Amino acid sequence: METARYILSRFGQSLFALLCIITLTFFLARLAPGGPFLDEKAVPEHLIEQMNKNYGFDKDLHIQYFLYLGRLIQGDLGPSLGNKGFSVNEVIAEGFPVSFMLGIVGLIIALLIGVPVGVFAAAKRNTAIDYTLMAIAMLGICLPTFVIAPLLGELLALNLGLFDVALWENSSAWFLGALTLGLYYSAYIARLTRGSMLDVLHQDFIRTAKAKGVAPMKVLFKHAFRGGITPVVAYLGPALAGLIGGSFVVETVFGLPGLGQHFIKAATNRDYWLINGTVTVFAVLILVMNFFVDVVQAWLDPRTRSRN
Amino acid sequence: MIRPFPTAVFLRRISSSIRTGLAAIVACSLLAGCRTETKVDVATREKILLLGNGGEPKALDPHIVSSVGDANILRAMFEGLVTYHPSNDMLHEPGVAERWESNEDFSEWRFFLRKNAKWSNGDPVTAHDFVYAYNRILHPDMAAPYASMLYFLKNGEAYNKREIEDFSKVGVKAVNDFELVCTLESPAPYFPDVVKHTTWLPVHRPTIESFGKMTDPYTEWQKPGNSVSNGAFYLTDWRINAYVKVRPNPYYWDKESVKPKGINFYPLDNVFTEEKAFRNDLIHYTYTMPQNLIERYKEMENSPLRIETYAGVYFYRCNVTRPPMDNLDFRKALAYSINQETIVKYVTMGGQQPAYGFTPPSEAGYDPPNVVKFDPDKAKEHLKKAGYSNGAEVPEFTIIINTSEAHKSIAVAIQDMWKKTLGIEKVKIENQEWKVFQQTVHDVNYEVSRAGWIGDYVDPNTFLSMWVSNDSNNNTGWSNADYDRLMKESGRISDPKERYKKMKEAESVLLEELPVLPIYWYTRVYLLHPDVKNWNPLLLDNHPYKHIDLIAD
Repeated sequence: METARYILSRFGQSLFALLCIITLTFFLARLAPGGPFLDEKAVPEHLIEQMNKNYGFDKDLHIQYFLYLGRLIQGDLGPSLGNKGFSVNEVIAEGFPVSFMLGIVGLIIALLIGVPVGVFAAAKRNTAIDYTLMAIAMLGICLPTFVIAPLLGELLALNLGLFDVALWENSSAWFLGALTLGLYYSAYIARLTRGSMLDVLHQDFIRTAKAKGVAPMKVLFKHAFRGGITPVVAYLGPALAGLIGGSFVVETVFGLPGLGQHFIKAATNRDYWLINGTVTVFAVLILVMNFFVDVVQAWLDPRTRSRN
Repeated sequence: MIRPFPTAVFLRRISSSIRTGLAAIVACSLLAGCRTETKVDVATREKILLLGNGGEPKALDPHIVSSVGDANILRAMFEGLVTYHPSNDMLHEPGVAERWESNEDFSEWRFFLRKNAKWSNGDPVTAHDFVYAYNRILHPDMAAPYASMLYFLKNGEAYNKREIEDFSKVGVKAVNDFELVCTLESPAPYFPDVVKHTTWLPVHRPTIESFGKMTDPYTEWQKPGNSVSNGAFYLTDWRINAYVKVRPNPYYWDKESVKPKGINFYPLDNVFTEEKAFRNDLIHYTYTMPQNLIERYKEMENSPLRIETYAGVYFYRCNVTRPPMDNLDFRKALAYSINQETIVKYVTMGGQQPAYGFTPPSEAGYDPPNVVKFDPDKAKEHLKKAGYSNGAEVPEFTIIINTSEAHKSIAVAIQDMWKKTLGIEKVKIENQEWKVFQQTVHDVNYEVSRAGWIGDYVDPNTFLSMWVSNDSNNNTGWSNADYDRLMKESGRISDPKERYKKMKEAESVLLEELPVLPIYWYTRVYLLHPDVKNWNPLLLDNHPYKHIDLIAD
């Protein structure tokens, strides 16, 4: 009963946050100078007026806002202004799977690298190996994806010929994109794993286990690992949302048709409906992930519920 | 004491998994090594042209687009009355029109259409399709951004501005299915050049109207499966930010001479990605080229680098309504202290020509007045005349540019030249994001702003008509009665030589008044795979794709 009430209240909070995000985005996009119909070769004033009329931008802003909300409830995100003939729904439906795949594969790579490295570093804490691994991880965190991505492209695609360096169709470039994201996040995960493993390794039950003569590998994997990995699991939700939303750079560097590109280009094109649409999708994604994590945590740890 | 971990065991486990992984990678690379045929090789064999095309098209509707990349795709899909010659911008290739003639003063043009021209669904292309298309692009409800290209037609502008309601008063008539008459606002001996432009392409009425009204600006008619076009190719696939594909139109009248079996356009808007895609043998052609790699490509043997003259000018606009730019002598001082040669040689490095005038010199025989040249003494003299005994007295002003490294380095160079020659200390450079920049220029809310202009057709008119008072591309606040009169007079002259003389007079006025500071004339800098044959340098860079062949080099 208590759990149900908690879930309900978290759901309500999420919905409220979503409405705030949608509203803010709508008005902020409109406040930005410039407009969707300006072009390098000037468009005469009378035509810009007509275009505003064709798209309903001549009405009062608050009326447009309510019309937009009305359409949104029906699941209609409106037409794209920068990709004529396409609706925002279509643009997102095409782009989201690409970003989602990059995110999932990136996350798997991040876990495959990050967790073993973290565990190993924790096992060898305060040795040269630990310091080296963590220094590399720190470097990985500091190197932005726009440095890693071209480097990987140059090395793995152009020098070694293992992958294609760009394009989507019949191309392996997407894997380089996922790898870039994976390497970047593996650095975080390695540090996170190491930290939480160390916490666990210092606890009494580990000492007891060791005192009883349990094999060190068994202590590490059977006794410590489960506890040590929990914070990493909690991090997965937000990490996936971040991976999917943060793939703009790799999408540009490898020419991939994901949602990240639309997220940025919509803003520079003043493609109002696409700005609102992509922001809404990312907001929903992050809210759902956080909601899910909160609920799972509440399930596991009753203290979270009572605190709320 | 805590026993240390048996490292050996741990390492062995990890290393065995690493070894498996390495084996997989080696196997992969061996497989890749076996694949000696690259993507470009396969495409050449299948005769599919793979082109980098800048950015994602805004639309594939000839009445909506305005960018060069979009026009490239439309040129493959649609065919106008007259089309581009594969190697010479001055020559015309018959398109839908087999032949054409004009009256004596070039104000009325008669196009005789071929009877075998077909849409990609088999329908015949008739003169009525052109009348319908011109009505659509000029219709005020359509709000086509580039409708002004059709202001050549009599009453075209009035109809577009709702001054007249009746389209039959606009100067275009279908005499019968295969004869089209265009009556012009004023004589235009170069009219066949004008009708090559994308805005003059026909559209298929039943297709457009099965997805909405004639004037609905964003229907689904332009998508693959819906789109019907009359060119050598038709649209088969379009995925946003991934590709646009066209394949041969089975009903095209000249399908025997169409060489490519298809074209894939890739919207690679990151220049570095595009260059890498080329180096990786994924595309035959790059839309452009990173500036910092030009030198390296120049040094290569059998370099794929191409540098060709392009009908465009890079210049700065001056807002003549705002001090200090409202002072003619001050503008002259600025213009004469820009060393254009230094800029093309050490900053842009792409073989550009220093612009001593505004209109680029072309094969059309027009020779612009070459008067704006670097002359530090003259510049200093004009600074004095402008009322400043030295540059330090000049009030602060700003050059605005849209965010880009290339524009920034040019602006920095010019800022430095003004400082060195004139001693002007307070010149600021301000970056503005693209749309903000467009708004600022549109509102004439600046002192100096960066600009570029690419010709729409081969005639000085495409460069000079924008400086007439109140033209929507003027945006400098400059207005000159002499200039307006000379341009108007030139529009009434049918003899090309006399016309050019008049236009040169007009351009001299422009360069004397200097609402613009010309900097350089463009070049096209790009990479082209040796498999691509019959791709010739063209001033307007409008390649008719049907002639381009792919033969393994």
